[in-house]
Amino acid sequence: MFLKKLALASIMTLTASSAFAACEISGRVSIVGNEFPAIHAVANGAKECSGGEVKANLTADHQKINVAGMSGNPAEYTTAIIANSSIAALMNENVIRPIDDLVAKYGQNLKKNQLITVSGKVMAVAFMANAQHLVYRKDILEKAGLQPPKTYEEMLAGAKVIRDKGLLQNPLGGAYKAGWNLGQEFNNMYIGHGGEFFKPGTAEPSINNEAGVAALKMMKALSEYMNPDFLTHDSNATSSEWKAGNVAMMNMWGSRMEPLKDPAQSEKVVVENTTLASPMTVGGGSTPATTLWWDGWTVAKNISDEDAAATFQAMANGIDPSQLDSEMSTLAVWLIDGYKPTPAAVGVFAAAKMNATPYPMLPFIGLLHTALGAEIVDFMLGKESAEQALADVEAAYTAAAKEKGFLK
Amino acid sequence: MKHRTFFWFFLPTATAMLLFIAYPIISIITQSFYTPHEAVLIVSEVCDPFGCKEETTVDQEATNALRVSKPAGNFVGWNIYLDRGHLATTEVAEAWRSREGLGDFFNALGNLPFYRAMAFTLTYTFVVTPMLIIVGFMIALGVNSLHRQLKGLVIFFSLLPMIITPLIGSLILFWMLDSRGILGSALQWMANDPSLSMKASTGLTWVMLMVYGVWHAAPFAFVVFYAGLQTLPQDTLEAARIDGANRWQQVKHVIIPHLMPLVTFVALIQLMDNFRVFEPIVSFNAEAHATSLSWIIYNDLQGETRQLSAASTTSVLTIIGVAILLSPVLVRTWRDFKGKT
Repeated sequence: MFLKKLALASIMTLTASSAFAACEISGRVSIVGNEFPAIHAVANGAKECSGGEVKANLTADHQKINVAGMSGNPAEYTTAIIANSSIAALMNENVIRPIDDLVAKYGQNLKKNQLITVSGKVMAVAFMANAQHLVYRKDILEKAGLQPPKTYEEMLAGAKVIRDKGLLQNPLGGAYKAGWNLGQEFNNMYIGHGGEFFKPGTAEPSINNEAGVAALKMMKALSEYMNPDFLTHDSNATSSEWKAGNVAMMNMWGSRMEPLKDPAQSEKVVVENTTLASPMTVGGGSTPATTLWWDGWTVAKNISDEDAAATFQAMANGIDPSQLDSEMSTLAVWLIDGYKPTPAAVGVFAAAKMNATPYPMLPFIGLLHTALGAEIVDFMLGKESAEQALADVEAAYTAAAKEKGFLK
Repeated sequence: MKHRTFFWFFLPTATAMLLFIAYPIISIITQSFYTPHEAVLIVSEVCDPFGCKEETTVDQEATNALRVSKPAGNFVGWNIYLDRGHLATTEVAEAWRSREGLGDFFNALGNLPFYRAMAFTLTYTFVVTPMLIIVGFMIALGVNSLHRQLKGLVIFFSLLPMIITPLIGSLILFWMLDSRGILGSALQWMANDPSLSMKASTGLTWVMLMVYGVWHAAPFAFVVFYAGLQTLPQDTLEAARIDGANRWQQVKHVIIPHLMPLVTFVALIQLMDNFRVFEPIVSFNAEAHATSLSWIIYNDLQGETRQLSAASTTSVLTIIGVAILLSPVLVRTWRDFKGKT
């Protein structure tokens, strides 16, 4: 895996350095961001620029360091690569700047829908989209005589058939690890049931209702058909279960589809039969039980205008349409002009087409997400009722939101 | 030593202690009494690749004005200490009033993050500490009676669990104990239950964490006791043998009394360490079943919105917890010291 990434990275730098040498900057560029192939590709594109120093710190722990690294004056990081969940933290701390002037000057190759605007000011430039959606094993569904599920109810019924026929003991998968992942699965299911997280216009939680209870009950029902260790399985562990051929259906991130079909990582029968599909609905609703995500980059506030301009130019070069070769196209669902969807993008496009709800960009959503991940565990373990779990979530969130000044 | 000499001799240490121990403690105590300013919320239009809509955002200018006027934040006194994430006084009082028997009360208590963490932390501390002392002592006795040429090799292997970084050590064990791992499958075979999973049951997760705790820390006790054994008074031991003491009696009446001060030392260090149990919980992905105070601090700091005040408060509570835990030993040491002077 590492070798592969390394090879990929070096190929990119090679092609890059020979193909595009047009990017000239005069200033310092320092990138902080998450660590996966698509982000590496963008950072490598930024590094092609000459005339100034470009360095990147890409790590899974980026969220723990980006605010601190951008709070100083001058800021250590001149840009942070973030998603719609994490831009709120940067805006709350006021460490990123509006970039309208830079977009006007250097953003000719950006599409309008790439610009993230808040009250009319551009705060970030998005470059890729992501969503969780259904992926299933064609062979197992055929053997069980099942159609690919359109709803979670069908998925549940199908799981029972597969288990009863003895095809697989635990046919369902899901990133249900206690904490962020479990909270995210609740978000999906709650949105699918038509729930609203907050009372409109306030930071007051409103999840202890029928939709919340129904969402939890569906999650519990699904978990009966998962590996009993599901509360310790994140996206990585769930993907491993899939690659080993232990799972027939799961709701998984679009950005994780490519490795599932990689013969070097998956069993042969898995590679041949892994099929992507649209996200499912639940409880008779029409909104799919999933959220839409974007990844993008920002420009730090506490840096000189020269560095800001250099940062913008370098990052814009990283996501320039000319970067999109066949290698880079498969890494993500790019929002870049000229991107042609690859087979790995089917699910994410379907999610967008079904008008899936974007993950909310609210300043206090992170606190609710954390509270969810910690407090619904007792319900999943069968230790308390759904109503009690949701009341606990609201109480935990309220305590945290009071501390952070979102609630009085 | 003259006072003047002592002063210059001690100055570097004192400076380092002030800088690296006292100052951070003062800092977290301060932070635990302050919270960030109230966020001024406004509704504005937010656009992203999927469309535009009205969303609540923070009014940067208004919030910034508040920040500038009072840089330290809002003074909230004991509010954070008493809120649901910490001592939860209101919730505890409510649970006590509406209890239907003690069991019900403790159930309600276990639903609050602080008390849930304390339940595991204390159980872990008081099970693991004595166990690792016993195991470490047995290894030390065993190694001490080995042939001289074997000793080096055996000592090296006995120390391995301590040398391995805790995060890595627990991760290795975590994979081996997976229901598809070598130990997990072995346990399923022995229990004749193919659905047995260590990670799915709270009780077994606790056992797993405690076994790891003993495995990891026993070498520390072993090294200390082994060093102590090298200073055993041979004539006392010989006298005991002449009096007809068997091996067990020698251990009980000569070796253990000789090693007693070391037992106190190991217990002191390990009580402190075990109270701060953290790495195995992270590596074992065990937060669904077991949390600790250190884990709460970590969790408060790692979310998309960091809760510095909450984390500081839990840190202060951890320090208080360690102080209470160590007080009997500290009081005894102090008495011994007074007795000598």
